[in-house]
Amino acid sequence: MLDYRLYFPLLNRVYEGKPLQYFDNAATTPKPQVVIDAVNEYYNLYNANVHRGPNFLSEEATNLYESSRSKVAAFIGADREEIIFTSGATFGFNLVARSWGEQNLKKGDVIALSRAEHHANLVPWLQLKEKIGIVIEYIDLNDEGTLSADSLDKIFAQPKLRLIAITLASNVLGQYYNLEPLIKRAKIKNIITVVDAAQAIAHRSLDVKILGADFVSFSGHKLFAPSGIGVLYGRKELLEKMPSFLGGGNMISEVLCQSFKPAVLPNKFEAGTPNIEGAIALGTAIDFIKKIGWQEIISREENLSKYFIQAIKKLDFVKVLGGEEGRLPVFALSLTGFHPHDAADLLGERGIIVRAGHHCAQPIHDYFKVKASLRASLSFYNTTEEIDNFIVALSEIKEIFKN
Amino acid sequence: MDIYAQNILDHYQRPRHRGKMEKADVSFQELNRSCGDDITVFVKMKAGLIADISFEGDGCAISVAMTSILSEEMIGKSKEYVLSLGLDDLQKLLGIRISPRRSKCALISLRAIQGALNSL
Repeated sequence: MLDYRLYFPLLNRVYEGKPLQYFDNAATTPKPQVVIDAVNEYYNLYNANVHRGPNFLSEEATNLYESSRSKVAAFIGADREEIIFTSGATFGFNLVARSWGEQNLKKGDVIALSRAEHHANLVPWLQLKEKIGIVIEYIDLNDEGTLSADSLDKIFAQPKLRLIAITLASNVLGQYYNLEPLIKRAKIKNIITVVDAAQAIAHRSLDVKILGADFVSFSGHKLFAPSGIGVLYGRKELLEKMPSFLGGGNMISEVLCQSFKPAVLPNKFEAGTPNIEGAIALGTAIDFIKKIGWQEIISREENLSKYFIQAIKKLDFVKVLGGEEGRLPVFALSLTGFHPHDAADLLGERGIIVRAGHHCAQPIHDYFKVKASLRASLSFYNTTEEIDNFIVALSEIKEIFKN
Repeated sequence: MDIYAQNILDHYQRPRHRGKMEKADVSFQELNRSCGDDITVFVKMKAGLIADISFEGDGCAISVAMTSILSEEMIGKSKEYVLSLGLDDLQKLLGIRISPRRSKCALISLRAIQGALNSL
């Protein structure tokens, strides 16, 4: 079987004699050599600002940057004008909250979030609540992490419901949500939908037109691309009506002493010099994923998930948060007898990289009454042997804390 | 592995002064939400010095052990002395180096005791 780990230089690292085993893909994925090369190549050969300067360097850099936009558009089934390069998923939610939200929402309007949201899709809305007094309601979850149908009915019955911001997959429960029915229901009532695809993007193919959402935001660094680059998809007719967000160079068509006219899409929302090398390398990361293929990624990850769930059942001091079905290979574990932070530290000493704490999703931990969890998040390149190592290491660590 | 030395494991598994103090002069809760640590300390003063300390809550081995150690070591100390302490002093008390990734764990109890003394 092909060892995909060989594509990632990071995974060659040896820590104090122990090979690196990377189970923290939900935090950020390692970068394949081709992506690292794309960043280097930009600086080695181009190093020019985009959309500026009548010289060949700028023209070449602009072509690469814009062709990457086209790759992203094709990757998620959007038009290129609907692809806004951002610094990451967080930026996208802030853009929608501030630009669409402030223009369209008023005091007393209701927006709904799920209990599983990452802080990135929570705090911008809480800030809007502080600023203009919107009301935030939550869609409850069932024990296995799926959306509660009763709760959804109650949310949709709210007459002032204007927007639903919801994740496509939980970064804690690993649950992947089929949002199409919810979005169809929202559309009938003219409710805007904002989807957090940050976790889902590296695990499942995404077609924004089939999904039907008004906005979708994700980060490059969870998709094998560098950090500091992300994508906001927005439906063209909405983006066109929205006021620009940050002001500066590139996002304008005309600036006078007392006024300005914003540029057309997508530049309208890209103020200042963008993360050019990041955008180009994101295009390379997409090529990398396409070369491997979704079928291969999904089938490998499903095998890993099944194997992980069975293997972890051998440990009586570990409980997986959420259900067993319809999930990504992201596992938040609650531990009995020792703290996730100690476990993560000691796993790290064995070369196994995981995360501990609330993973920027405090409300879901409160909801499930877990103070902190240990998260092992896998990707297609991980192996069942690595899962075995993880189980052994966790058992050994448990022994240290035995009374 | 240094930070999981026997001394620390002993304080983690058999913490000293654990429990609510009914007649405390002051109590103070310190949270480290990103880690899931939650420590409340109770302090009793006598003649300007700490007469007794106890604590409630949960946390990782480092945070609980450090709280337990401080609940012994700070008895008899003045408010000014405790407020002057920092991470270096905790490392001396523990006899080990605390890496930056665990300094928050070590500091939570000191912050709680300092918070209590500041609210007297």
